[in-house]
Amino acid sequence: MALKQWLLSGLLASTCLVSIAAAGPIENYSPVTAERLKNPEPGNWMHYRRTYDGQGYSPLDQINTSNVKSLTPVWTFSTGVVEGHEAPPIINNGVMFVATPMGQVIALNAKTGDEYWRYKRQLPEDLFQLHPTNRGVGLWEDKLYLATTDDHLVALDAKTGKVVWDTKVQDYKKGQYLTLMPLVVDGKVIVGGSGGEFGVRGYIVAYDANTGKELWRTFTIPGEGEPGNETWKGDDWKTGGAPAWMTGTYDVDTRTIYWGTGNAAPWPGETHPGDNLYSTSVLALDPDSGKMKSYFQYHQNDSWDWDEVDAPMLIDLQRDGRSIKSLIHPGRNAIFWVLERKPEGIKYVAGWPFVYTDVWKGIEPSGKPIVDPVHKPGIGKRVEFCPSLWGGKDWPSAAYSQKTGLVYVPANENFCGGFTGEKVPLVAGQLWLGTKPEDIGLTPRPGATHFGELQAWDPATGKKAWSHNFPKSHLFGSVTATAGDLILVGGTNDRMFRAFHAKTGELLWEQKTNSGIMGMPIAYEVDGTQYIAVQSGWGVDAQRIQDALVGKVPGLENNVPQGGVVWVFAVKK
Amino acid sequence: MILTALATGACLASSRSSVAEEDLLGSNERPQKADVLVFAEGDRAGEVIKPQDLKAGGPPVRAWPKDPKTSVVRKGSRLNEVLVVKLDPAELDEETRSRAAGGVVAYSVICVHTGCPITAWVKAASGDKDVFKCVCHNSEFDPRQSGQVVFGPAPRRLPALPLVAEDGPLTVAAAFVGKVGAQQGR
Ligand code: FES
Repeated sequence: MALKQWLLSGLLASTCLVSIAAAGPIENYSPVTAERLKNPEPGNWMHYRRTYDGQGYSPLDQINTSNVKSLTPVWTFSTGVVEGHEAPPIINNGVMFVATPMGQVIALNAKTGDEYWRYKRQLPEDLFQLHPTNRGVGLWEDKLYLATTDDHLVALDAKTGKVVWDTKVQDYKKGQYLTLMPLVVDGKVIVGGSGGEFGVRGYIVAYDANTGKELWRTFTIPGEGEPGNETWKGDDWKTGGAPAWMTGTYDVDTRTIYWGTGNAAPWPGETHPGDNLYSTSVLALDPDSGKMKSYFQYHQNDSWDWDEVDAPMLIDLQRDGRSIKSLIHPGRNAIFWVLERKPEGIKYVAGWPFVYTDVWKGIEPSGKPIVDPVHKPGIGKRVEFCPSLWGGKDWPSAAYSQKTGLVYVPANENFCGGFTGEKVPLVAGQLWLGTKPEDIGLTPRPGATHFGELQAWDPATGKKAWSHNFPKSHLFGSVTATAGDLILVGGTNDRMFRAFHAKTGELLWEQKTNSGIMGMPIAYEVDGTQYIAVQSGWGVDAQRIQDALVGKVPGLENNVPQGGVVWVFAVKK
Repeated sequence: MILTALATGACLASSRSSVAEEDLLGSNERPQKADVLVFAEGDRAGEVIKPQDLKAGGPPVRAWPKDPKTSVVRKGSRLNEVLVVKLDPAELDEETRSRAAGGVVAYSVICVHTGCPITAWVKAASGDKDVFKCVCHNSEFDPRQSGQVVFGPAPRRLPALPLVAEDGPLTVAAAFVGKVGAQQGR
């Protein structure tokens, strides 16, 4: 295409981004500053996990163990979108921003549910959305940032929903896409790319919040001549995966961002010999330059699709008689990791399986897990392994309560799986798994009494405090903890939203919703009243697991209706 | 609101004309009447497909339409790729039979759910017939019944590409029946 034509169609494409004003614009919007992001007011939820440390903890306690039984819906809002609604509603002083699949953002009055405006991205017709979802909008000053599945980062005016800038991050036709909530640090909007199943080379990239100009891009697989490149053979590094498709966490004191990376591509390790840095790792980066400070690889030469994209929580722990600035990550690889942020880098402290696994025979003192080769997928043979491909805990986040000192994990127990590895040529933009997709198995372990398991672990001792089992459902939703000693979670196929006692695990309250809940629960406050909100809207991997289980688990609910609704609850006075 | 509607209308009209401008060779254009089909992959990629090249009962093969006059293979858009499968004509419903060349039927390879290519030919979740399966989110489509959804989240049938075969290669008889590509979800 000639340059002039290209410019012209770029211009025309940008007119296709439609914002529809309902009752907006928003009056008296509270601009978001660096200071507010570092110390968010208790009543607000401005980060993916409320605070930079990723704990998923609200200090609000008006709704608590004694009154949660009176929790009642106060308003709902139908998004009009199907598929997996995974985003936390984002709250800034009485305004709620909801991101949905298909690239929508809806601005609502957080007290009444009235709509201010709605942004609808017009996605390309030929887009291939393997994970049709969005995990939320980042905030800075008077703007919002949305990462889209057609691989753009869009800045919206928070008051009107109008597009301020729109930057192409990569080419969606090559299997590059974005599903995460941007992390905003001191005027930089930081995102990472999805798409490990397409043979991409993962990256984390920062943009200027005001202009959309790219500031730095760090590839999660080192290029030729860079340290770590030798852990790949030949040209494997160019297509080796290691995507970075979840929001990172941020240590404000040391100015370090921590980002989880995905599996190596394609799945069978034989197709990419070596340790494959920095796949299935946590990376420590300088937010100003993107320079890597340190890393820890959770497992080498991944062959199970066990990406480790959920960024670790930053928690101050007392362990073995000393204070530890820890990184906590219940892994997809079934190991509950306790790491330490030391001045010289990330160090292994402890690790233990939190669900049944037959893949690991132990962990070396360095933190390297020891693999049982019998359960490592290879080329031309069928290999079974536990837990399944979806791991002990997939991307849905765990939470940490500062009151109980416990970590709450949305785990899946008793699932195994397998596949036959094969060598397949890479075709840009097409799935590249290293197996036939229809060959992927998910099997309940013989004699399994349950699948989903909400677990409470003490990261200081490695002891499990309690667990709540779900006999007929997996658990596929993020967990939130509150100072009211409540643990909030959906994630089951019976469409329930639940509150548990943080100390005992007692089920205190439940409410059936329109669909299944994959979204992240939040707590917020407006005019002195505390609310709890969550998006209900089943789809993506929760649906995939569900469909794979039909016929294998007697009595399994096999029809979870789709369609997104924002639910907001308060205690009836 | 009126302004928004106008802007959207303008956007649709202009993107249509910009496609036409850039697509002089026709490789982006949807399959047209009299196009032939060629293998999209494998040892015979690019060769014209005849009914006798296909095994009765499946599995399906992936194919691109090709303009026989200009020899342009229409692989400029993934929305043009089709799945071709040979079935027992007696198994086809009336509508499907009217679009089949003998027992050979063609459907868009792009799943109408969120746009994955459909890759599997497996036993249906219920019943014992082989059906198209999109493994991205497990939707299943029956090629004997106009591409009807028989399992999973797909919201509508798979668009069929009507075929004819008169002593020669498989030939497109008419444009896709229905909209090709994913739902937009709203
Ligand atoms: S894209 Fe085919 S089932 Fe989702």
